[in-house]
Amino acid sequence: MAQRLQFTMFSRILHWTMAVLIIAMLFIGVGMVASLSDYHWLVSIHKPLGILILVLVAIRLVNRLLNPAPCLPDGMPAWQRFVAHTSHVVLYALMFALPLVGWGMLSAARYPIILYGPLQLPPILPHDAVLYAMLRTAHTVLALLLFATFIAHFSAALMHALIYRDGVFPSMASWKSLAGIRRRSE
Amino acid sequence: MPKDSKTSTQYRLLSLTDIGALVRLAMIGAAVASVAGCFAYVAGWFSPHRLTQARIIDAFEQVNGVHSGFRRNHAKGVCIAGYFESNGQGARLSKAIVFQPGRVPVIGRFALAGSQPYMADGPKAVRSMALSFRPRDAEEWRTGMNDIPVFAVRTAEAFNEQLLASKPDPATGKPDPAKMKPFLAAHPETARAIQLINAKPFSSGFANATYNSLDAFRFVNAAGASMPVRWSMVTAEPFEPEAPDQATAQDKNYLFDALIARIERVPLQWHLVVTIGQPADPTNDATIPWPEDREHVDVGALTIDHIESEAPGNCRDVNFDPLVLPFGIAPSDDPLLSARSAAYSQSFTRRAGEKKEPSAVRTPGTGMGE
Repeated sequence: MAQRLQFTMFSRILHWTMAVLIIAMLFIGVGMVASLSDYHWLVSIHKPLGILILVLVAIRLVNRLLNPAPCLPDGMPAWQRFVAHTSHVVLYALMFALPLVGWGMLSAARYPIILYGPLQLPPILPHDAVLYAMLRTAHTVLALLLFATFIAHFSAALMHALIYRDGVFPSMASWKSLAGIRRRSE
Repeated sequence: MPKDSKTSTQYRLLSLTDIGALVRLAMIGAAVASVAGCFAYVAGWFSPHRLTQARIIDAFEQVNGVHSGFRRNHAKGVCIAGYFESNGQGARLSKAIVFQPGRVPVIGRFALAGSQPYMADGPKAVRSMALSFRPRDAEEWRTGMNDIPVFAVRTAEAFNEQLLASKPDPATGKPDPAKMKPFLAAHPETARAIQLINAKPFSSGFANATYNSLDAFRFVNAAGASMPVRWSMVTAEPFEPEAPDQATAQDKNYLFDALIARIERVPLQWHLVVTIGQPADPTNDATIPWPEDREHVDVGALTIDHIESEAPGNCRDVNFDPLVLPFGIAPSDDPLLSARSAAYSQSFTRRAGEKKEPSAVRTPGTGMGE
């Protein structure tokens, strides 16, 4: 069977769209909780953006199961393969967990979950201040963990692009079709 | 899947002997460090003097101490409930469902400004009414109002400075005038606002006080027209000034106890009066009153017929964030609004996770078993 070298076009579009949204989300989140005068407009973006990311990650998980990632290069050390697989599981888990914990904590605090104008989501948890406090802490911890995982992912992507040059980076980053290009390590 | 193949040479970092590869490695390091640095900057980790929501609440705790489980401001309070009967007059001003003719359930809280949950009621304490309008199947509206004509400061930064300047002197237990003087000199708008606040006598109780939004908002009607507004809950009771001897040493809760006794006997009523600003009226400065001759619209009556001590799940566990607004009411450019929303959220988050002590204000039927 011919080995696929590239993520599908749909996978690449999903990846880069979500990359922009999630990085924006992390910066908005960490900025808004430190802000007074910009808090309200940032929070008003943070909530609908989080729900959008939740919808997109659900689509992305289905897509990932239908269109698995290309295999990593054969010559890659075992520990790097392990880290690559684990970090992707962590990224998917956090992309689901952060919006769900956010939605849950707003529910437990009895804050309205406003998407836009009169459009609101229902609460998913009962009104409970102690539960809110726990989820609020979890939201911060998970967000910092997501930022750390993103930094690791970003570093690894650049290592593949500039040092290893093993075809892993263009499998997601190239807009051109890579059919006919052989991997250096093969 | 990999056979147990040998690692390709390009994965061995020690083989990076050429200068080009080292330069590229340095570029990767620089790129990653700048992204992480931007994140830390946005988070405020490099700016210990930036006034954040955490630091403004820290200032409350520094000046007044930490009172576990209580709001960092307006700490002493009691929960209320009732309904708002809209007369439909507000529908031309705002498309919010709450202004359609009809009845909307309301919960709320009466409180005294200040961070001491067990402070004695007194003639000089600012009283507040916080409300949450909860129309069925429509957006909630929360508002926090005070019985003063204007707010004392214009910005969150000024609020923080005033808070720190008012820290009681350990020797006298009172704020040090030497600290307040330079603050007022730097903030003439506060000096003017305090004159207006002091010129108006306090009423004899919670029931016959009128509570004002102080901040400006914008109403947006069905035609899309937007207008600046402020609002007030105007008491239906005749005004009676606080008598000099009203505060008693025996009852530290005389204001709350009188309120509880009244509501248990007969429901209390207020009218929601919306003041419509003119284009020249400042919306970004809560220290300045709007001229008296502005159009006032009575949009309905608030009836409070239930009162109970703070307890799990009631008003105690609600953050009366002034920016929980329905579609049809929008924030103005008043900088205090976002700052209040942010600071309340910080106060709520801290107290939500703390051990709760019972409120000083007890109603006969509730809260006794804790």
